[in-house]
Amino acid sequence: MAETVLTDTGASTMRPAGWQGIAADWSSDQRAFKNVSWGKAMMWIFLLSDTFIFSCFLLSYMTTRMSTTVPWPNPSEVFALTIGDKKIPLILIAIMTFILISSSGTMAMAVNFGYRRDRAKTAALMLATAAFGATFVGMQAFEWTKLIREGVRPWGNPWGAEQFGSSFFMITGFHGTHVTFGVIFLIAIARKVWRGDFDVERRGFFTSRKGYYEIVEITGLYWHFVDLVWVFIFALFYLW
Amino acid sequence: MTNAAVHLEGQQHSLQAHVHDALASGTLHTKGQQHPIKLYLVVWGWLFVLSTCSYLVDYFGLHGYLRWSLILLFMVLKAGLIVAVFMHMAWERLALAYAILLPPVLVLVFVAIMVFESDYTHILRVIFFAPAA
Repeated sequence: MAETVLTDTGASTMRPAGWQGIAADWSSDQRAFKNVSWGKAMMWIFLLSDTFIFSCFLLSYMTTRMSTTVPWPNPSEVFALTIGDKKIPLILIAIMTFILISSSGTMAMAVNFGYRRDRAKTAALMLATAAFGATFVGMQAFEWTKLIREGVRPWGNPWGAEQFGSSFFMITGFHGTHVTFGVIFLIAIARKVWRGDFDVERRGFFTSRKGYYEIVEITGLYWHFVDLVWVFIFALFYLW
Repeated sequence: MTNAAVHLEGQQHSLQAHVHDALASGTLHTKGQQHPIKLYLVVWGWLFVLSTCSYLVDYFGLHGYLRWSLILLFMVLKAGLIVAVFMHMAWERLALAYAILLPPVLVLVFVAIMVFESDYTHILRVIFFAPAA
């Protein structure tokens, strides 16, 4: 009689570290990620696939910029703002960067308070993160409006290579969409934390599974990833 | 004889250290990722410093190789801090870290391919589509 007993997940046993640990963890008939829940592992794998999507956008941007014979518009001037009488290069983008980093900081602390089961602080920090994120999206909307008024279109712009517009709208647009969904995700989870769903192990309305405070860390993973992508966009699109 | 004993003792010691490590990472996860708040604040501060530095590269209008290398350096440092500390990758088992971090490295191969490709396209455009002088 064939028995289908789930093999030991190995979470409680001692595991070798280092290279031997990799071989041992990936060997057959067991789960590879010993002390990581399926939820966290799937978020990481999703983020990996998202990395490839953003890599493709940045790569196509690199290819168009390298292969065009027309000069590329100077981002330092295109994204400059006149404050008072002074024209400050890239200032809006710099502020957006600081806002997103701050949101990452509050998110990291929310995860910490979540594991300490401090409901009020966790929810408050998550809402602060969402507020920073919404501010970021608002500033991006302002930036888009400004550029569109100045005549930037996906097929052309007043300053140089036509591909500038399509690269800009595609990359920042896709990133902004991620931020927007992150804000929604944050608010939804913050509400559950605030209500105490994870203390009474209330079942979710959609999956009817019990939730745990780990979801705060998983939400955090997504949020930090959004910040991470911005690091690359900031360096490669705005500063290059 | 004494030699063997010493050898055995040494082995035991390393085994103990091993077990200790495994235990430490095990308990870490039963409670979830728990690290002092101060660590996050320090990383936060560093991210601010690094972002300011990369902004100043543009503000002072540095150019050439100095500019590219500084931009890439600050970018990699920031990305590393976010992934290692904020996303807790530094405390995960290597099996997860390598599964997630190695594949994106292969994107660099794609980058290399596209550099050649765009060079070639650029040359073709210069040769055949240059505006008539």
